[in-house]
Amino acid sequence: MANKLSGLRKSTRRNFLTYALVILAFIVLQALITTGSISSSLKGMLVPICAYVVMAVSLNLTVGVLGELSLGHAGFMSVGAFTGVATAILLQDVIPMAPLRLAVGMAVGAAFAALAGFLIGIPVLRLKGDYLAIVTLAFGEIIKSIFNNLYMGVDSKGLHFSLLSDTTNLDETGTLIIGGPMGIGGIQKISTFAAGFVLVMITLVVVFHLVGSRAGRAIMAIRDNRIAAESVGVNVTKYKMMAFVTSAALAGAAGTLFAANYSTIVANKFDFNTSILVLVFVVLGGLGNMLGSIIAAAALTILPEALREFSDYRMLVYAIVLILVMLATNNPTLKSLLARLRPGNREKKEAV
Amino acid sequence: MKKKFLSLLLAMVMVLSLAACGGDTEETPAESGETPAEEGSEAPAEGTAFLLGGTGPLTGGAAIYGNAAYRGAQIAVDEINAMGGVQFDLRYEDDQHDAEKAVNAYNVLKDWGMQLSLGSVTSKPCEATAAETYADRIFALTPSASSTATTEGKDNMFQMCFMDPNQGSASATYISEKGLGTKVAIIWKNDDVYSKGIHDTFVAEAAELNLAIVSDTTFADGNDTDFSVQLADAQANDADLVFLPMYYQPASLILSQANSMGYNPKWFGVDGMDGILTMEGFDPALAEGVMLLTPFNADATDDKTVAFVTEYQDRYGETPNQFAADAYDCVYAYKQALEAAGATPDMTAEELCDLMIQQFTSMTFDGLTGEGMTWDATGAVSKSPKGMVIENGAYVGLD
Repeated sequence: MANKLSGLRKSTRRNFLTYALVILAFIVLQALITTGSISSSLKGMLVPICAYVVMAVSLNLTVGVLGELSLGHAGFMSVGAFTGVATAILLQDVIPMAPLRLAVGMAVGAAFAALAGFLIGIPVLRLKGDYLAIVTLAFGEIIKSIFNNLYMGVDSKGLHFSLLSDTTNLDETGTLIIGGPMGIGGIQKISTFAAGFVLVMITLVVVFHLVGSRAGRAIMAIRDNRIAAESVGVNVTKYKMMAFVTSAALAGAAGTLFAANYSTIVANKFDFNTSILVLVFVVLGGLGNMLGSIIAAAALTILPEALREFSDYRMLVYAIVLILVMLATNNPTLKSLLARLRPGNREKKEAV
Repeated sequence: MKKKFLSLLLAMVMVLSLAACGGDTEETPAESGETPAEEGSEAPAEGTAFLLGGTGPLTGGAAIYGNAAYRGAQIAVDEINAMGGVQFDLRYEDDQHDAEKAVNAYNVLKDWGMQLSLGSVTSKPCEATAAETYADRIFALTPSASSTATTEGKDNMFQMCFMDPNQGSASATYISEKGLGTKVAIIWKNDDVYSKGIHDTFVAEAAELNLAIVSDTTFADGNDTDFSVQLADAQANDADLVFLPMYYQPASLILSQANSMGYNPKWFGVDGMDGILTMEGFDPALAEGVMLLTPFNADATDDKTVAFVTEYQDRYGETPNQFAADAYDCVYAYKQALEAAGATPDMTAEELCDLMIQQFTSMTFDGLTGEGMTWDATGAVSKSPKGMVIENGAYVGLD
C-alpha cells in the first residue's frame, strides 16, 4: 500500500489525504452525534462549517488557482441561497422527501449562481488584478441590493415578481416567498450535516479534477504568465471563465445549504464582510491549498464561539488570534519545520 | 532558529493570557456593579434556580438594545432573587444582530441547560431562535422582537412588545385622532424588516383615515448618512409632520440635518427612536419636540417605574429605555407565571413549556410597560401604547 501510494504523483497523494481527512472528520463527528457526546453548540455549527468550507474551497479556485482576487464571493452565495431556498419552498408539496428537495434546491441554486457568474464574468474577466477585485466587490453589492428589493410570491396563477415595492397582488391562496428586505422567512430546516458532507465531497472532487485536468493546467498557466500562456495557444477567456463559473456554482450550492439551515435569511447577511471572511479562510489556509482552506474555514468558524468566555472582548481576542496565526503560518522557520515533518518531503530530501 | 519559534510561541501564550486577564477584569466591575447587598443571593445554588437565557446584540451596531435588555433583566432577576421564593439564574449571550450567530448563541445556552428563554432582542435573530426553541420545546418570551414572523405558527413563542404592524396602525390612528398633522412625510429604511413592517401598515391605515402622505422616501444600509434628498422632498411637498419608523441612529442624523436646513416640521417616531437621548455625540436639544409612541415612560411617577429607573441609573449611569423595561417585565411575568403554575426548578424545559403556555394565555400581568396585559394564543401581547414627547431632554407623556 505504501509503495503504491508513493508511486502516485505528489498532488494525487495530497488529494487523497484531503478526502481521507474529510471522511474521517465526518465519521468521528457522526459517531459523536449518535452517542450524544457532542455539545449542541458544536452540533449547531456543523452545517454552517460545511457551507463555509465549500465557500472557501470554491473561492480558492478563483484566488489560488486562477490567481484573480475576487471580493464578491458572498454575492454568489446569496444568489444560491435565495434561488435554492425559494425552489425548495415551491417544491414543498411536490417533493415530500426533504433530502431530495434540498438536492434539487442546491442544483437550482448552483445553476443560478453559475449563470450570475457567467454574466458577471463577461465584463469582469477582461480586467486584471486590482480592477477585477473592485468590480467583483461592486457585483456583491449589486446582488445584495437586488435581493433587498425583490418581491416574489406564488398563488394559484403562478409566480409573481415585483421590484422596489410589493405589487405582486397575490390572491387568497398566495404566499409571499421573497419579501424584499425581510428576505425569506419560515424556511423549513432541511439542511443536515450529512448533506453538508456530501456537498463538501462533491466540491472537492470537482475542484481536484478540474485542477488536475488539462484545463486546470491551462488555468494555472494563465495565472503564472498570461502572455506566455496565450503565446502557446491557451484560450485565456475560456479557461478563466471555466474557473470562475465553477467557483460561482459551488458557492451557490453552499448558499442553499447555508440558508436551508436557518428559518430565515436576509440579503444583508451576504455582504462585503462575508466575502472578506471567506477570503480570510483562503489566505489563512494558503492559496491553492484546498486542505488548508478546509481547516481554516472550520477553525475560524468555531473560534468566535470558543471565545465566548471573553464576553465583550471576544471579537478583539479573535482579531489578535487571527493576526498571530497569520504571522505564525508565514514564519519561514515554522514553515521549514512543518515541511520537515511532512513524510513525503523528507523522503525526497533523503533521495537527493 | 528554534529559539525564534519558541519565542513566538511564548509571545502568543502571553498575549492570550493577557487577553484572558482582560476578560476577567471586565467581569469583575460588572459584578461589583450589582448592588453589594445582594452578594449572597447573586448565584443561587445549582438546581434551585430556573435557568433563564437570552440572546441579544451585546456588541456591534445594535448593542444599545441588547445591553439595555440584558441590564433590565438582570435588575429584575436580582430583585426577585433577593425576595426569596422563585429564583433565577440569568445568562445573556451575544448574537451581534445576526441570525446565524443568534442560533450559535442559543446553542451555547442550550448546552448550559436553559429552561426558559428570553428569545432574542432583535427581530430577525429572534425569528431564527424561535424556530429552534419551537423545535426543542423551550418556552420563549421575547422582550422586544416585534415582527409577526417571530411568533407565527409557534405556540410557545410570546412577545412582551407590540408587533410591528400594530405600531404602524397605532401611530397613524394617534396622529389622526390628535390632529397632529395633515400632510405627512415618511422616511423609512427599505432594507430593514422593522422599518418596512411599520411603514406598510402605517400607509394602509393612513389611507383609511384620509391622512395625506405627501412624501414617501427611503434609504438603505450604506447610504444612511446623507438625508438631504429625502428631507428636501418632504420640505418641497409642505409636509407638516415627518414620520420616522426607524432606529435612533439614522433618526439622529435626520434631525440634525433638518436643523441645518432650517426645516422644522413635527417629528413622530416609534419605539426604535428610544435611546436617541442617551446617544453619544448627539445634541438632545435637536430632539426637542419629537413625539413617539412607546409603552414605557422613564419619567412616570408610579413607585415601580421610579424604583426601576433609580436602580438602573445607580448601576449603569443612564436612563433605561423601553427595551430595558420590556426585559424587566419579562422576568416578572415569568415569576408570576411560575408561581401560579407551582413550577419547580427541577422540571425539564419541556414540562415548563406546557405550563407556561397555559399560564401566559390565561393570566393578566401588570408591569412597567402596561397594566392588565394579556396574551392571546398567537403570542401577541395586548397593551396600550403611550404617546410621548421630548421636552427639555426628557420624555413627557402626551396625554
